[in-house]
Amino acid sequence: MDSAVMSLLGAFLLSIIGLFVFIWSMRKGLLMENPRAASVIFAQGEIGKVDDPALHAGHRAQLQAAAAEPGDTLHPPDAQEISQRIEADRSSAFPVFMFVAFACLWLVLGSVAGLTASLKLHMPDWLVSEAWMTFGRIRTVHLTAVLYGWITNASLGVIVWLLPRLLRTPLMGAMWVMLGGALINVAIASGIGAIGAGWTDGMEYLEMPWQIGLFIVAGMVCIIGPVLYTLVNRKVESLYVTVWYHVAALLWITLLFLVAKLPGVHYGVQQATMNWWYGHNVLGLWFTPVSVGAIYYFLPKVIARPVRSYNLSILGFWTLAFFYAQVGGHHLVGGPVPGWLVTLSIVQSMMMIIPVAAFSINMAGTMRGRMRLALRSPTLRFMMFGGLMYMLSSVQGSFEALRSINQITHFTHFTVAHAHLGAYGFVTMVLFGAIYFMMPRVLNWEWPYPRLITLQFWLAAVGILIYFVGLSIGGWLQGEYMLDAARPFMDSVAVTLPWLKSRSLGGALMVASQIVFVGHFLAMALRFGPARTGAALFRAGAHTLEVAHGK
Amino acid sequence: MENEVKLTAGAMVTLGLATAALVVLPYIQVRDVPAPEGLKPYTSAELRGRAVYIANGCVYCHTQQPRDKSFGPDAERGWGRATVPGDYTYDRPHLLGSMRTGPDLMNIGVRQPSRDWHLGHLYQPRAYVPGSIMPAYPYLFDIKDKAEPGEEALKLPPGYAPAGKVVVATPDAQDLVKYLQALNRSYPVLPPEPRDAAGAAAPAATPASAS
Repeated sequence: MDSAVMSLLGAFLLSIIGLFVFIWSMRKGLLMENPRAASVIFAQGEIGKVDDPALHAGHRAQLQAAAAEPGDTLHPPDAQEISQRIEADRSSAFPVFMFVAFACLWLVLGSVAGLTASLKLHMPDWLVSEAWMTFGRIRTVHLTAVLYGWITNASLGVIVWLLPRLLRTPLMGAMWVMLGGALINVAIASGIGAIGAGWTDGMEYLEMPWQIGLFIVAGMVCIIGPVLYTLVNRKVESLYVTVWYHVAALLWITLLFLVAKLPGVHYGVQQATMNWWYGHNVLGLWFTPVSVGAIYYFLPKVIARPVRSYNLSILGFWTLAFFYAQVGGHHLVGGPVPGWLVTLSIVQSMMMIIPVAAFSINMAGTMRGRMRLALRSPTLRFMMFGGLMYMLSSVQGSFEALRSINQITHFTHFTVAHAHLGAYGFVTMVLFGAIYFMMPRVLNWEWPYPRLITLQFWLAAVGILIYFVGLSIGGWLQGEYMLDAARPFMDSVAVTLPWLKSRSLGGALMVASQIVFVGHFLAMALRFGPARTGAALFRAGAHTLEVAHGK
Repeated sequence: MENEVKLTAGAMVTLGLATAALVVLPYIQVRDVPAPEGLKPYTSAELRGRAVYIANGCVYCHTQQPRDKSFGPDAERGWGRATVPGDYTYDRPHLLGSMRTGPDLMNIGVRQPSRDWHLGHLYQPRAYVPGSIMPAYPYLFDIKDKAEPGEEALKLPPGYAPAGKVVVATPDAQDLVKYLQALNRSYPVLPPEPRDAAGAAAPAATPASAS
């Protein structure tokens, strides 16, 4: 049968099935608002009580005062639920510390490699004497270190910390999680070594040789086991939306990686489509759900108000799962692949507007009238910045998939700018915020120099904005010059040079922010700085509040 | 109980759909595409050169997929006709690329057949293309007082050879150049199937798509 007919038929069948699922979900009452499910992240009586362990007591009282709303009644939170949470935190503390520590290590290495690669693009004769220093390898070391080393480790840390909390159950099989983390980091270290030495599978995002990739799969399996076991043995009745995002993401990334790394199966053009199926889904089905899930937890938690619409968040989850998974083919617009595949991916790219809108409307509703709290809470600031960048980068990505725009931006630095907006502006900022929230609970120690958090935020935010704006302009011009046959190709190189330099400037600010962050983390882990003991939330009496309600 | 089953089952279904669309269907479609007549398998030297290309990440700046006229002036720039799936039959891994910091290389062997040019360009790109931002690859070359028997000194433009020395290509550089020279997809391929009955002149050329 003609492939176009086949894909049309497939789309038709899917729509019919989708319609039935929709009718069924209406009958089951799934579209009724469910405020109880949205409040499950709070202990009884805890709504209205702000929470940001990255602040010290005085500032937390200010945040509480700013967040107080008419009608708040302040009971002390249910002691039993709080003790469950303390127990959950304790059970995951060691694995989480391990993941975050590894993440910090790779973050520094990866961002230094990234800045080096960026400089090399306008200083092509700099550091060329050794093979491992060449652009093609340093760039790949950067990508592997930040994607697998930083984002994946930090994401695992966030997942392993949040799930026991959300399930009100201690993490079961923490030793297996540690073993899994060790395997994954062995693979990352060996993968980076292999790439430096020139041993690579040669596909973007999948450079790590498959022999090393096996360790990643084994490590992920070691982590999924305990996570699912904890999930099945949970004490909480309803699953909060973050659990949906995080558990699904763990399963997705493992299968994605496994299928993509199967040796001897993929070749030629089919391998290219597989490559982009993986390359896009690692963003869409791993980084995005982890970060979106984290925002759905931390943002309401800090401001002490449940998320506006629980059902909208679940709708966002399923539409993300369905549409994002099929987006990858748009990277091959105009390429030697079947036309139906590219069309399918472009359509799904546009459909991505639905989950993004669901998320954005929900967050705007939740934050309405409370934006000012970002002035006081670092966690909130990172989360809001990340959420905003999620909306921007996703909408940008949807339009970038359209043929008319893709024609200009494809094969240019514009795509690189877009990727960094997603991976840094959105994902990395959310992870920073999550770590600032988690670590005081994990280490029973407060952040020693809260001002560094503010400094880091501004370095990172200004850095990524310079990077993104400059490189987007440069990439767009590059694309237009390339499409103009009257101009020699070299014009498209020359026009990008000033913008490549601005990218290095933005990148340098980002590296500086990373160094501040990791330095602060080290100071905390080594118990430097002003001595403060006790995890922020649990200090006796800290929360029997002085704030008068109804003020 | 219902919740986690719904969660895992739903997550697997969505991923399964995507995998079917983006991995399995293209696999089935491309599996039986025969290599075009003009395409030869890579020789072992070319394969070694291809490995050098991969190891040094050339793919991050160079695509190997000239696009159709309706998509850009690739053909006008002399980069060749739009490629078809059969052109990549022997490519493992694929090197389609996603970035054109430098030009497309699919037909670089046709545009630039000169071995001397390629070797010299790898040693110092700016000796041949002013303003190029391609890295130099000095580690693919040896600098010696004089070439030994069987070796050949690079013919570099004046001013680019180190004073009083000669530059000799390592085997890696020679293989890489052989691979670049082999990048040639200029043989004809069948035009896409005609959409109407106007092209009924070639009854023998119907591809076997009986299913």
